[in-house]
Amino acid sequence: MNKKNIIICRCEDVTLADVEAIMNDGYTSFEEIKRILRVGMGPCQGNTCGQLLQKEISKYLKIPLNEVETHRVRPLISGVKLKSIVEASKDES
Amino acid sequence: MKANIVIIGAGISGAGIAYNLAKKGMEGIVVFEASYLTSGATGRCGAGIRQQWSSKMNCILAKKSVDFFETAQEVLDYPRSIEFKQEGYLIVATTEEEDLQFNENVKLQQSLGIPARKCTKEEALKIVPHLNKDAFISAAFCPTDGHLNPFTTTEAYYLAAKKLGVKFFFNESVTKIIVKDKKIEKVITNKREVITNKVVNAAGGYSKEVGDLAGIDIPVYSENHEILVTEPIENIQGPMVISFSLNIYCQQVPHGSFIMGRSTPNQVKGHNIGSTHEFLDEMAKTAVHILPPLGELRVVRQWGGSYNNSPDRQPIISDTSELPGFYMACGFSGHGFMFAPMTGLLLSEMIMGEITSIDIKELHIDRFKNSRTTTYERNVV
Repeated sequence: MNKKNIIICRCEDVTLADVEAIMNDGYTSFEEIKRILRVGMGPCQGNTCGQLLQKEISKYLKIPLNEVETHRVRPLISGVKLKSIVEASKDES
Repeated sequence: MKANIVIIGAGISGAGIAYNLAKKGMEGIVVFEASYLTSGATGRCGAGIRQQWSSKMNCILAKKSVDFFETAQEVLDYPRSIEFKQEGYLIVATTEEEDLQFNENVKLQQSLGIPARKCTKEEALKIVPHLNKDAFISAAFCPTDGHLNPFTTTEAYYLAAKKLGVKFFFNESVTKIIVKDKKIEKVITNKREVITNKVVNAAGGYSKEVGDLAGIDIPVYSENHEILVTEPIENIQGPMVISFSLNIYCQQVPHGSFIMGRSTPNQVKGHNIGSTHEFLDEMAKTAVHILPPLGELRVVRQWGGSYNNSPDRQPIISDTSELPGFYMACGFSGHGFMFAPMTGLLLSEMIMGEITSIDIKELHIDRFKNSRTTTYERNVV
């Protein structure tokens, strides 16, 4: 199958071909790849691409999967509208 | 290993200084980065570039930096996009005092060739129609301010520097700077020893600590500034909207998402760059107050990053008589990204013993020896 048609990050439309190219450029950690290709920056926050990319890095560097650093998890757990945050903080006060 | 110069830090300042030095023909340039490219303040910043400052030095640094950014994609011959967007900064005034201050600012900015102007409320609403008309009284606008992608812009400098022979070492921290008789002898990292007599401190949030390694006391400290990003939507907002009195900056980046931040009152000094729900609450309230339609947007992620503050909120771009060969580019107080082209140019000129493009006495570390003479930059979120 054409690597350009294999999606790694569906939020930001990043393909396996993109990922392989960036690893050939010398970026072989999730954090570095994220900052250039935007993998893991979309609404799912790496819940889909996290493990897929980890596996690709492990294959590329020929190291066991458990030695590939996982991506940094940041809040929020899921998307919340700004106005809902405003409403919720009014309820608290 | 031997080096003609060691640069500490691979954010945009370190990468920009390396590029400018290499372009001037310097060889043997080595850059050490404790983590990965743009892992510190650069990669955590709000991605804005503005020229609307209250201090003359900051105006000049910003103006000349924007001049470079306009050509950066081609000059740095970058294969990806630096995502330059030049649709302005709209700074809203919410008090009489701010309104008067902006008149002064605009006068200064115009005298330096910056195309900023004062706007009435009606004019401001034409530029950003979804502003809450009851939330401000007037505004200042500069159409040549804008946005750049901090990651790719830094990568552009990094790749250009690498092409010119600069050696970068990532995940390698400088642990010691060996000084003897007021001369730098060696830089020691967690992996090697480097014989060198020149060091550049471009360590961003950690520049105080790097100064300490060389026995140079730099009057800067770091504090966490938080920020968030929303889901992307179609393009509805050209300029960055900011307010000093309401404490917000907010822009829609070319990708479509909105990035917004504010400072935390009475923030504790230090290297914590965590995220808090207090920030989320206050940010949401301020954003929805001033730009009501943004209430419909979902927050995707929040993070923090260090402002490295100097006593007058202007950068320290300087050498020091206390230790020849030690240079610093720090204390940017949240604006190191947008000043990077000038930081790189000025420091490389200083290091090469050339006359600097502009007089930067006011950016020298010695200005704090007589603190009454410094100009305090007020235009900081």
